[in-house]
Amino acid sequence: MSSSPSPLHLAVALDGAGWHPAAWREPVSRPRELLTAAYWTDLVTEAERGLLDFVTIEDGLGLQSSSHTEPDGRTDQVRGRLDAVLIAARVAPLTRHIGVVPTVVATHTEPFHLSKAIATLDYVSSGRAGLRVQVTARRNEAAHFGRRTFPPLRVEDYETPAGQELLTGLFDEAADYVEVVRRLWDSWEDDAEIRDVATGRFIDRAKLHYIDFEGAHFRVKGPSITPRPPQGQPIVSALAHATVPYRLVARSADIGYVTPHDADRARAIVEEIRTEQTAAGRADETLHVFGDLVVFLDDDPAGAGARRERLDSLAGHPYTSDARIFTGTPSGLADLLQEQAAAGLTGFRLRPAVAGHDLPAITQGLVPELQRRNAFRRAYEADTLRGLLGLARPANRYAAATA
Amino acid sequence: MSKPLKQIHLAAHFPGVNNTTVWSDPEAGSHIEFSSFAHFARTSERAKFDFLFLAEGLRLREQGGHIYDLDVVGRPDTFTVLAALAAVTKHLGLTGTINSTFNEPYEVARQFAGLDHLSGGRAAWNVVTSWDAFTGENFRRGGFLPQSERYSRAKEFLSATNELFDSWNGDEIVADRQTGTFLSDAKAGAFVHQGRHFDIEGQFNVPRSPQGRPVIFQAGDSEEGRDFAASSADAIFSRYATLKEGQAFYTDVKGRLGRYGRRPDQLLILPAATFVLGDTDTDAEERARGIRRRQVSGATAIKHLEFVWNRDLSAYDPDGPLPDIDPDLGEHTIARGRAQVRMYRDPLATAREWRERAAANKWSIRDLVIETGNRQSFVGTPATVAATINEFVQADASDGFILAPHITPGGLDDFADKVVPLLQERGVYRTEYEGTTLRDHLGLAHPDDARAEREAS
Repeated sequence: MSSSPSPLHLAVALDGAGWHPAAWREPVSRPRELLTAAYWTDLVTEAERGLLDFVTIEDGLGLQSSSHTEPDGRTDQVRGRLDAVLIAARVAPLTRHIGVVPTVVATHTEPFHLSKAIATLDYVSSGRAGLRVQVTARRNEAAHFGRRTFPPLRVEDYETPAGQELLTGLFDEAADYVEVVRRLWDSWEDDAEIRDVATGRFIDRAKLHYIDFEGAHFRVKGPSITPRPPQGQPIVSALAHATVPYRLVARSADIGYVTPHDADRARAIVEEIRTEQTAAGRADETLHVFGDLVVFLDDDPAGAGARRERLDSLAGHPYTSDARIFTGTPSGLADLLQEQAAAGLTGFRLRPAVAGHDLPAITQGLVPELQRRNAFRRAYEADTLRGLLGLARPANRYAAATA
Repeated sequence: MSKPLKQIHLAAHFPGVNNTTVWSDPEAGSHIEFSSFAHFARTSERAKFDFLFLAEGLRLREQGGHIYDLDVVGRPDTFTVLAALAAVTKHLGLTGTINSTFNEPYEVARQFAGLDHLSGGRAAWNVVTSWDAFTGENFRRGGFLPQSERYSRAKEFLSATNELFDSWNGDEIVADRQTGTFLSDAKAGAFVHQGRHFDIEGQFNVPRSPQGRPVIFQAGDSEEGRDFAASSADAIFSRYATLKEGQAFYTDVKGRLGRYGRRPDQLLILPAATFVLGDTDTDAEERARGIRRRQVSGATAIKHLEFVWNRDLSAYDPDGPLPDIDPDLGEHTIARGRAQVRMYRDPLATAREWRERAAANKWSIRDLVIETGNRQSFVGTPATVAATINEFVQADASDGFILAPHITPGGLDDFADKVVPLLQERGVYRTEYEGTTLRDHLGLAHPDDARAEREAS
């Protein structure tokens, strides 16, 4: 007897006109509107019509580049972008159910600022905020801040001892960053605001806590200036391709995005993360492992292939990605997602190759197909992002310590 | 020939973290929930205000070693609230205080340029400076800035962000599908800034925003602050809301503009102001007195006295006489994270003066704090308040006011419904927004037009 499959979680990753570098040249794309509120509102409301769990919004502290390590000086691809937290905040009041998860760069920003920004995103969205934490070793981005420098590092240097040391340092710093952000979210107990007219006290200051974080890279005193957000702890997520970032996911995140190219690799990655999760003492917590996939979706498989070829030819080279690239029909994609779910992935973050085409193909093609298979929700069943992801509202660490 | 009537500029300051905000009023709502900000913004837009203003603080205030608990405590993130408010308003300018000490130019420039894009040209930045190690404890680099260098950093910060804003001309995104050219210039956004505080270079990744640069506000009042505003700001947020003080400040600051090659109309003077409305002037006066009593409880009065005395005065009776001991003149340790403390530069003289005034008027501690604290700027019927505001503006005590009501979120509702129509009847206040950007509302040139004008002259 087969039991009904457990429902999948689905997110989309939004980035400019889409993930294919020639996406902006498609007739359906709106390349001159990528910096407008209307463009982002249309994308996120389309994702909400498809009942998706959340959207992520890509960001970076330098111009987009086809190189992982430096600017490329190209003028044939989308360049220029807006701060992802601001886009998320701009769109949040115009949506009601979908989660909004902007990318934030831990390497050059202040955890204090970021913590209050995401807490506030949680207020303006009534409990639908998260973040995707990212590190950067790009030398040009460091020069934008002028506070630290990095050695030259090519992708092939990642596995060298020097490369590993640099990456481990950046991810350790990111772990500290997330720890500070999380402590600041808890630095106000939920019922700290008392408005006690008799004594004239607005807050009960015994319910506000200094976080007194001290790490290798920075110290932060606290408490936050912003009260505990509606979800208590908004969602923390990270993209991970190897052991060092898997460890960050296992220790610090609610969702990890991973990039297996087949079910066996998916199984191995999930196992590695679960082992680290147990080692971190979090075995009983829900930690989602989402597979990332780039998608070219059309009703006709040949059509999807032809579209990908056309885009590749416009770009001048075949598209490659860290993630698996799926080219085919919604039904074929549903088969693949269910196969990978059986290998232990609990959800998927789909990267539309062309936002204006593949996002509606997800919401109007893939989603109905998964619903027919009883593998996806038919209505939003919760008001918060944590609720959609099956995560309880966590107790406040400081309240627990003093109870 | 009579002088043409000046048009009044009005803006709204969200009531916040200080004792003028009466949180105990049954009509006082949340200071955190977005619904409060949305209500406040919609009222401001209904009243055709130029902008909404959000203050900022980066550490909770403390007194006597404890987090201060008598005022509203807590506020949301400035950028995030302003971006969300852009979704529920169409015209209203969105002004936020952002500190130039605990931020970096590249990130702040990205955020303001982004807010300007996402609001269709409604972003403004109130540049403030701070230096204290107390606030610095929340940030990676700690409290690293000597007080003497705060304006030096602020000026360089602003000049670096302006270089970033100007690093795109605004015509680089061509997005030509046929030729495959997205950008016309591979070097768009290129910048190099080397100075005492910042040594940065690279490419700014936010293309030019609708206003070119956000509108710049400045709020400091020192000599250095006034010069900073005269050289670099579009509007100054002052605290002189009485006629004589306002006129003196107005004359002083407008007089400084020439030194920087600027005209008097290129800097607006907008004092913070409060108001209390009533059915009659007497009724309004009575309401105003009641509000002041609620703003200054006995406990609040003692805490305010401690700003000057710099010692624990909790044993004193707020309804009794002032302390006969002198202030502690050492480093100020009792109240931390408060700008007011710096206002009392000579605590001994302040204490002496206060004791004399209290004795002469038979004031208790609480009476004294009420009398010396922020008095309401405009008290009366809507007709009285409209007439007074107009008088101040026409007499060059200001170009308008930034109104801070004493409760949230409905504190502006009566003003919008009752005072604004009277100003409109007098022909001194807009009945519709004439433009779409905050620069349009404030009558400020687009930076590109201003540059063209400079180059032509």
